Amino acid sequence: MSKERNVDLAKWSGPKRPYDLVKEFVIAFLVVGLLVGAISAIFSSPDEPAVTLQQWANQAPADFVATTAGELAGTTISAAYGPPYNNAAEGLKLGPLKIQKWAGVTIPVNPAVDFVATPLKFSKDPSVPAALAQWNGASSDQQLKWATDYSTALGKAGDYTKVTASDAYGPVPTMATGLLALAQSDVLDGLLTTTVTPYPSDFTKPMLFLADGTYFDDLGAKQHLHGDQWGMMNETGSYPGQSWLWLFSLWYQVEPFKSSENADIQIFALLMLLNLGFIFMPKIPFINRLPRLIPFHRLIWRRYYKENNL
Amino acid sequence: MSSMWTTKLRKATVEKFEPQDVLPDDQPSYVASWIYVFGVLTLSSLAIIIITGLVLTTRGAIWWHSSNVGHFVNSMHLWSVELFFVFMVVHLWGKFWMAAWRGRRFATWVTGAFCFLASVATGFTGYLIQWDFDSQWIATQAKDGLNSAGIGSFFNTLNTGQAILLHVSLLPLVLTFIVIWHVILVRRNGVVPPLDAKEIAGGAE
Repeated sequence: MSKERNVDLAKWSGPKRPYDLVKEFVIAFLVVGLLVGAISAIFSSPDEPAVTLQQWANQAPADFVATTAGELAGTTISAAYGPPYNNAAEGLKLGPLKIQKWAGVTIPVNPAVDFVATPLKFSKDPSVPAALAQWNGASSDQQLKWATDYSTALGKAGDYTKVTASDAYGPVPTMATGLLALAQSDVLDGLLTTTVTPYPSDFTKPMLFLADGTYFDDLGAKQHLHGDQWGMMNETGSYPGQSWLWLFSLWYQVEPFKSSENADIQIFALLMLLNLGFIFMPKIPFINRLPRLIPFHRLIWRRYYKENNL
Repeated sequence: MSSMWTTKLRKATVEKFEPQDVLPDDQPSYVASWIYVFGVLTLSSLAIIIITGLVLTTRGAIWWHSSNVGHFVNSMHLWSVELFFVFMVVHLWGKFWMAAWRGRRFATWVTGAFCFLASVATGFTGYLIQWDFDSQWIATQAKDGLNSAGIGSFFNTLNTGQAILLHVSLLPLVLTFIVIWHVILVRRNGVVPPLDAKEIAGGAE
């Protein structure tokens, strides 16, 4: 063991100075408390109201109908997601590792059934029961064809009100507009959150549905919250948000992650690696020598070095 | 007696400390820099986070949306978190440039690193339970990263009930435990001496 190490290990027996830890804490607590109170009084905190399915249906009905058709066609993000919601895809991969798939489907979500068909049972529209019966009685291939054709027509027309009625779409237009009416009447929000208990605390289904549309995504973009805008480390307004997540958000801004289909798992893995490096930093060669090579410690302990002519 | 679990626990814990080490009223002469203040500033911010968090907890998850007092308490909770991270990061960088892991203080560094990571997780769940647009957005964005790593199968960011329980119960317990452990290690091992302090005659035993 080196002499230096002995010094570091041993209980200090050199000169000491009075140091009132309790007083220091009390003063620090008061100062920080006053500072926090003053900043809070001046800047407050953001509280942008939550978005509801009713709001979406009223303000962007065309997007709502197009998303509903997409849920039935299996083309939305949720419908094609994979674990933990369904088996529509394997999920992201880290090289040969299919971690998302291995974790399994633990939060089952079938968008066509959960977001559309089941809530429509509560529709007051007299044409909906027949449409539902036609949908439920059809083969999955027929369902897919109806929904895909209608989605294509919506894409071309840009708005469901401009799509010419056609038997080629089967019951899909009636189902989509029926769900729109259900959402506009403020019934759908409750239906998607109260399947287990009338007191909701799990918003998985309405949030997945909402996030499948472009309305919610556009709201996020306006608030500079997109992934390519440093994403969720930001908050609405001009608040600092979770700035400590900068190292996480950073990788989404640069290649090869920026254009990678598996960016989420790649960045997650990289962050885990960096966290390990952070935890074991004192054991990493060169890095653990930096404090000696770049002598900030001379500044920190300048009085000590000066008093001891070092 | 020495085979008793109680005896072993006492020797491994209480007997490791002398009262002067637990609450010392002096420090080595080299403990004379503003950088040392950031540790206690971090703890002070944490205390305010806990106090404001308890006020919010006692009034319920959505109280602050309908009450001016509640909104102010929520703001204090938010800004104490922001300052907590600022102070903690300065404290962390200070300890890095002091190479504060020297002399069997590696565990102190590791517990400090876990304090930071546990704080990130606790802060994240706090952002999920605001019951407003921010929490909706963060929950939908964050789910993909967690799902890709398989974590989403057990922790669903869209399940606000799960997030709120994690934020007000489990994670604060974990964080507080690690912080206490970190502070105990600091008290037991003392403040790391300056680099090259060996050159001081009689500087250490």
